[in-house]
Amino acid sequence: MNGIVSYGAYVPTHKIETGEIASVWGADGSAWAKNLNVYSKSVPGPDEDVITIAVEATRQAMKRAKLNGDHIGAIYTGSESHPYAVKPTSTIVAEAIGATPNLTAADFEFACKAGTAAIQTCLGMVGDNQIENGIAIGVDTSQGAPGDALEYSASAGGGALVIGNKNIIATINHTTSYTTDTPDFWRREGQKYPRHGGRFTGKPAFFKHVVSCGMMMMQKAGTEAKDYDYVVTHQPNGKFPIRAAKTLGFTNEQFETGLLTPRIGNTYSGAVFLGLSAILDIAKPGDRILAVAYGSGAGSDAFDITVTDEIDKMDRSETVENMVSRMKIINYATYAKYRGKLNMGATK
Amino acid sequence: MSVPRFWRELDTRYNLIGSYCKITKTYHYPRRSFNPEAGRESIGSMEDYQFKGTGEVVSSTVVHQAQTGYEMFGPYCIAIIELDEGPKITTQIVDCEPEIVKPGMKVKSVFRKLGEDSESGILHYGTKFILDESLETTNDEDGNITDIEV
Repeated sequence: MNGIVSYGAYVPTHKIETGEIASVWGADGSAWAKNLNVYSKSVPGPDEDVITIAVEATRQAMKRAKLNGDHIGAIYTGSESHPYAVKPTSTIVAEAIGATPNLTAADFEFACKAGTAAIQTCLGMVGDNQIENGIAIGVDTSQGAPGDALEYSASAGGGALVIGNKNIIATINHTTSYTTDTPDFWRREGQKYPRHGGRFTGKPAFFKHVVSCGMMMMQKAGTEAKDYDYVVTHQPNGKFPIRAAKTLGFTNEQFETGLLTPRIGNTYSGAVFLGLSAILDIAKPGDRILAVAYGSGAGSDAFDITVTDEIDKMDRSETVENMVSRMKIINYATYAKYRGKLNMGATK
Repeated sequence: MSVPRFWRELDTRYNLIGSYCKITKTYHYPRRSFNPEAGRESIGSMEDYQFKGTGEVVSSTVVHQAQTGYEMFGPYCIAIIELDEGPKITTQIVDCEPEIVKPGMKVKSVFRKLGEDSESGILHYGTKFILDESLETTNDEDGNITDIEV
């Protein structure tokens, strides 16, 4: 059986509170925080980007499973904020974990679900015995335009999954996808900030895809919501994932562990990876997990996962919770400086 | 810095690859092919070694007049740290208030962006250090570094 050999996560230490962002635009911070169910969000430091986050998450995964680079046959990094337009993130990750040169690598893009597409690619290659292990990474440092609704949620973080068929801590029993051409959110080539369709990002986009894909997954697996111990979906804000999970028949106890957006914001491609990592931090052998990613444009990937006895042998002392609660709160001026929102004029 | 020059040193910067001298049984960073302490004998006796990435602060200072490329950090901490294997290196300590860094504090390596060759140029990545929070409480006796937020 193929599945997850190891997992790693990374959330930047810097955070900004929703009220601080609202105060700059003369908005009601409490109302924004409550409406979005986002109270603070992570911010990458001046020396952090998709590449550094991908490396840190992958190194944690490699360390946990005591793997070295020789065991890795593929690295795929899914993100919509790769630092280079041309030059792969994945080759830098490969070099930083000592996996070069005997591997294949590429970067994926499918809005917020590029990383889960990478999981499916690794599953195919492992299942076909082309590689021993493959690494799928989901990571982002996305931005919202100043004053836009996205600015309250767009944050940074990511995770890495080592996919293989030996010593797996969780089997991936099934995976399925649901894909349509739905233009709910986009960023044109050369543009700094994305644009979105406002309310159009809800019902015909996020909910239609996540709920349909979740239902298809349970139908394929022959399961119902009550058969799962945990569920994690993409979480563009703190409300959408709760409504989607409830529509699928899940309860608070099943979705609260993987729901991180209220404290760290929307980590885009990193969201399902981080939620799943938070679940694996505390999961017990036999626990069953449903994970449903969503990427604008649009599509969903779902995974039916069962935790194995191997997880008890893994060092899980470095947790997502530690990273989420480790906070260096910054003000909007510092945030604007770190995120390149200041016009540096001729000095830059 | 030229692209080839940085590329030649990727493993040194990314993965803290240095050298181990089999004659004097000492560690060196960055990588060297000759150990002056052992003289000619060390030629051919130096082997690559990947440092664990843990150590402690020997000395530190807070930089208020940032050098070019570091304006976004100001003020920031630059420290001399001693790796557990012995070599001392100069590095930036990140993700904490710079003034809380004191000699004796434990640190560990992190992968960070070191700089870039202009807005359209190549990006440089490598190793910086953060305070090792799992060990920081052991320094409470100093009386001046409690309640560290890292």
